[in-house]
Amino acid sequence: MNAERPACEQLSGARVLSPVQPRKLAKVPFVEMAEGRLQGVVSSGSDIERVYVSSIIAGTHGYNCSTNNNRPCGGLRGAPCKHLWSLVEEAVLQYGLERVARYLRLEGDSAASLMHNLSGGPESIPAAVVFSRFLRHLAYLELPDTSEPIAELHWFPSLGAVS
Amino acid sequence: MLGTQLTALHDGALPGVDEAVDLIAGFDDALVNGFARLGEERTAALVALAGAVGGTPLGPAAAEAAEKIGAGSISEEHLTTLAGARTALFGAVHDALLDRLDSALGRTRAAWEGAQPQSTDPLAGACRSWLAELAITGWRGVDHDLASAADQAIQNLLAEPRLRRLAMLLDGLAAELRASSPIGAMARLPARRWADLWARASLLTKTGSLEATERVSGRLLPLGVDIHEHGTAAQIQIHAILEPQGRLVRTSVAAAKVDTISGPFVWQLLSSYPVLLGALAKRLSLEITDMPLLPGGDLLWQEGKASSGPSSDPFAAARVQLSGASAPAVPPLERHPVRIAEPVFIEGYRSDGHTLQLDGASLAFDLDRLPTSGPLTPQLLKASTACIGLMRWDGGQWRLQPLAVQANVKKELLAVHNGDWAQGPTDQKVLKSYAKAGDPVAVLKERAGRLLRK
Ligand SMILES: [Zn+2]
Repeated sequence: MNAERPACEQLSGARVLSPVQPRKLAKVPFVEMAEGRLQGVVSSGSDIERVYVSSIIAGTHGYNCSTNNNRPCGGLRGAPCKHLWSLVEEAVLQYGLERVARYLRLEGDSAASLMHNLSGGPESIPAAVVFSRFLRHLAYLELPDTSEPIAELHWFPSLGAVS
Repeated sequence: MLGTQLTALHDGALPGVDEAVDLIAGFDDALVNGFARLGEERTAALVALAGAVGGTPLGPAAAEAAEKIGAGSISEEHLTTLAGARTALFGAVHDALLDRLDSALGRTRAAWEGAQPQSTDPLAGACRSWLAELAITGWRGVDHDLASAADQAIQNLLAEPRLRRLAMLLDGLAAELRASSPIGAMARLPARRWADLWARASLLTKTGSLEATERVSGRLLPLGVDIHEHGTAAQIQIHAILEPQGRLVRTSVAAAKVDTISGPFVWQLLSSYPVLLGALAKRLSLEITDMPLLPGGDLLWQEGKASSGPSSDPFAAARVQLSGASAPAVPPLERHPVRIAEPVFIEGYRSDGHTLQLDGASLAFDLDRLPTSGPLTPQLLKASTACIGLMRWDGGQWRLQPLAVQANVKKELLAVHNGDWAQGPTDQKVLKSYAKAGDPVAVLKERAGRLLRK
């Protein structure tokens, strides 16, 4: 028996994704790197019914923040608002600094320094698209569970400690 | 499992297995580069794959598919046929491996008597065209747009409970492709894995669910729980012995989730199964009455047909009853090495945390299948002297996936099980970080309740 680990090319169970790190979800229930943006949803500190949709474009670093009803965020006056700060802080917790920096093409050794190096300005980004992606994300939790065996999930072992 | 059984498992190469895996690797390489740009060598690889199933009913169609695809005329039908040929070859590898394992263990296995229904669901058909597009483009050509192109089709699948298997498979594959895009920039591709998922999905678009063939009653003695998870799905699969019949069975429950719910929190998604989770957390047996059983040995779990039974120590069950228990047949479509997950019990070994040594034979632990949703750690494996686990085979090697160990910790013999946290973590350190993270399931369900119904 060869004791060497087989190459990733030859493994059915090769690990492709790293598990996301656990974080508190109350403030920023949703963060994703998709559609060329770091984007997410930030709960309002004052109104439980309201959420803000915040996004930063990879590469150009234009950003935007508005309510889910497309009202501009009052905190966005020529500089990123506190929601954008929360978005980046939580993204760094969830995905790690390196992945976020690489995706945005931003330099920095912390969430704060990423924010300081954000060179773009406010840009129009449709909140509705991001918000509907958040709703789709939440809709997973509404799907009924099943006792039909999903044999296909043998390809997806629970993401544990990296050996 | 004894040292002599472990030696028998590794005794001599399995005829035909290396050759079959080489043919599969040729197909996988063609899929990396895309069927639109095959070239001579990769066309030959497809022809060789088709040739290997030449003596089966699939033979003529596979030969035609390889020839047509090589000539640049690619249809969904041809692609599905080749996916079938690759699956048939891996099926033969699976059979050889499982045969070897069964004879090493002296395990008897039932013959397959079920039927595999076909399906022509249009929702599944919509995904087949995405799978064809992927094959034509090749993994190297997949960018963010193509990786996301089936998102809506997958959402439609997810909404349909009878298509859950295909939906969870495709959702897992699409997430990996999205996160890896543009894939052309990746240094190393998981070629085997993605070809597996692609072929499996292609066939699943045409097959329906298995039907229960009998109803069983008796006492279930749980051996352990295997936990599967990707960003948007979690499944627990319990391996157990059904008494008095002495049959090995599995039972599973699966839930959809999001990536921010993982580790110990996945149990919360399954809180509507208190009888099942309670048996895991409290190490109880389960009394079942008229529970439907699929021909592949899977009980379709229904809480209403089950109740908690007396205490049952999985190590006692494994030590006494496992070696004589009979194993179920494997459904034809599930004959793939990755699906081999045979419960075994091994004791009296020495371990360095990576590999166990028993009577001169050795077996590596499958550390990639050690979930964070339970208390098992590499340190415990190192201190362990007995293990209930699943035999796994991947990349040409047998490995042991631990479900439970007995380990010497501070001069005390402890039994630690994957399912110990089924009703919440019992470890103080984990409880503390658990409390600190807040309850992601509750937070997201509150958000969903407030925002989804507007
Ligand atoms: Zn804002």
